[in-house]
Amino acid sequence: MMDAAPHLPVNTSAPRGTARLFLAAGTSFAAHLRAYGALPPTLPAATRAGAGAPADAETVIEQLRAAGLDGRGGAGFPVWRKLASTRSHASGRGSRPAVVIANGSEGEPLSRKDHALLSLAPHLVIDGLLLCAAAVGASDLHFFTTAELAPGVQHALGERPDARHVKVLVTPEAFVAGEATAVVNAVERAVSVPRDHVLHLSEAGLKGRPTLVQNVETLAQLALIARFGAEWFRSIGTEQEPGTRLVTVCGDVATPQVLEVAGGTPLSVLIAAAGGASAPVSAVLVGGYHGAWVPAPALDTPLSREALSPFGAAPGAGVVFVLSSARCGLETAAGIATYLAEQSAGQCGPCVNGLPAMAGVLSRIASRSRDPPLPAEVARLADLVTGRGSCSHPDGTARFVLSSLSVFASDVRAHLASTCEVHGA
Amino acid sequence: MPDPRPPRPNAAAAAAAADVAADPTVLHIDWTLCDGRGLCTELLPELLGRDEWGYPLALNRPVSERSNVPVQRSLLPAARDAIALCPRQALRLTESAKLTRLPSNGRG
Amino acid sequence: MDEALWAIGRATGIVSMVTLTLAVVLGIVTRSGRPLPGLPRFSVTLVHRNLSLVSCVFLLVHIVSLFFDSFAQLTLLDFVVPFFGSFLPFWQGLGTVGVDLLIAVVVTSLLRNRIGLRAFRVVHWLTYVLWPVALAHAIGNGTNGTSGWFLVIAGISTALVLGAVAWRVSARFIEFRTVRTGEVS
Repeated sequence: MMDAAPHLPVNTSAPRGTARLFLAAGTSFAAHLRAYGALPPTLPAATRAGAGAPADAETVIEQLRAAGLDGRGGAGFPVWRKLASTRSHASGRGSRPAVVIANGSEGEPLSRKDHALLSLAPHLVIDGLLLCAAAVGASDLHFFTTAELAPGVQHALGERPDARHVKVLVTPEAFVAGEATAVVNAVERAVSVPRDHVLHLSEAGLKGRPTLVQNVETLAQLALIARFGAEWFRSIGTEQEPGTRLVTVCGDVATPQVLEVAGGTPLSVLIAAAGGASAPVSAVLVGGYHGAWVPAPALDTPLSREALSPFGAAPGAGVVFVLSSARCGLETAAGIATYLAEQSAGQCGPCVNGLPAMAGVLSRIASRSRDPPLPAEVARLADLVTGRGSCSHPDGTARFVLSSLSVFASDVRAHLASTCEVHGA
Repeated sequence: MPDPRPPRPNAAAAAAAADVAADPTVLHIDWTLCDGRGLCTELLPELLGRDEWGYPLALNRPVSERSNVPVQRSLLPAARDAIALCPRQALRLTESAKLTRLPSNGRG
Repeated sequence: MDEALWAIGRATGIVSMVTLTLAVVLGIVTRSGRPLPGLPRFSVTLVHRNLSLVSCVFLLVHIVSLFFDSFAQLTLLDFVVPFFGSFLPFWQGLGTVGVDLLIAVVVTSLLRNRIGLRAFRVVHWLTYVLWPVALAHAIGNGTNGTSGWFLVIAGISTALVLGAVAWRVSARFIEFRTVRTGEVS
């Protein structure tokens, strides 16, 4: 068993190549231990003690900082900073003990990676959850997952002596149910809708306690970093996108699937790995329904924050949705925008009123209404809803809609002239 | 009749920007409570307009400041009135320094 | 002296009733979110509040003056427990019920920003009981309650409140209702 310090050389028994998260031969705890070995011994002890021993916590956080792991739920925020913030708010004088929540709700309809991970490697996620709890000194642990996967997760928790105190919660199938404040709301009040917040959850979350909500892939990656070190983690991927990442390649590809790939893998490689596109690619939606389109000429763009930012996209939760030139991008976009408008939690006025209005105008463009001011109206509404909600649903929807207008700009002009670049007149 | 007033460039707000301290007080809008009754927009016309559905819209502010609207000192009394009179208790004042330095909560 | 107390009691009771009526109507206007001509929304709210408090002050004078009026024969108990009065116990009891309800409504209003919106709103709905009870008390118990001129006032008040309530339950009551596509939960 290797030391947990980040500067040690790569462990020769550590996994090589991009296959890291799915090495266990089965979902049992025994298979998990055979594939990965036990967690570094000091940390589970600290977990049992309730509050994490300071040295262990610092080690985990320093390792994550060195590894450069970012959150895999969508926001892509540096994991070590969330841990450090939660820990600092939970350790001051008069502060209340922290809460850690594994977020496996996967409200994004295109994403299947959390589903794959929890079906095949639940113990890595549990490892990560226990490590986080030790790092921030939490004794209150929750595991948020779908109704389909909850029995498996419950079984996995029951298999191990160190995780029996973790409470499993079932998420409703709603787009916004996976948003971090909605997850906290679900635990606290059994209502999966986002809530208003001035402070970050790491300062005031569940019942005002410092709360760490981490996506399940993030937790699994964290469990590997704790075992094999930051340098090992960085031995794959790029400087900016270290390690591997789970992606869901879907849409017009031969075999839609979840892939574990090196950070910074080009979109074209991802599409080829999924059996290639079923017809010439028109554009790729990166990051899910709150993401943005990358047009076909730019398919060599790597799946990295930096390379995707000119398109307004980010790796997000790793969704790569391929749109072939056999389908009209505007019709697809209007359908997604309509879905997103319906998925508003119905709490905030600008979202409740603005999203249906925006989707409606986009739908009129998609149905080839001859009304030149329509694109400007979409842009106006997109600006109007942005920044005016308790969660990022209006912002993400506006971003997606604006990206659709921009990437399919020539088709917008065609539609305004009552024709379509895909379906013709 | 509804009175959708489009946000107009507001010279007063721009001029008063100098009145905003380095760590300004911000008016936080809880959108889950706000019902767009418009009292705040009457009491703080320098800061807030109304969108076409009646909800408050921070004037001449970047999107990042639309839910936490910086309030210059001279407008603090009016902001306090708006908070006290908001029929939905959807407003409060907070120091921007206390706001989260982490980005908005994502999906963990 | 008793004559003066009695006159004060009657007059303040009537003024309290009239101001209460106006306060109720303005409360409904407040809820609609609409301004009045020359009166912005926050002023409607403030006038609603201040008229309610004025009504309370007149009510207080009404009660105290009649307490010291030997003819009315009020006891301290009659201020809070209804239907034990010696003179017209039912109609006087309605007045006591009205006072009790008003205390609840006023206290929750003054503490609105502390007790939370839901408690405030639930108690505030009691106004729809309070107002008719107060009017019935005025007509049934008041010396001038069945005088022609008072019945005219009562009729106008009833018309105002009923009109406001009818507007309240109509589809176009809330400002922006017609342009809002979704209902915010």
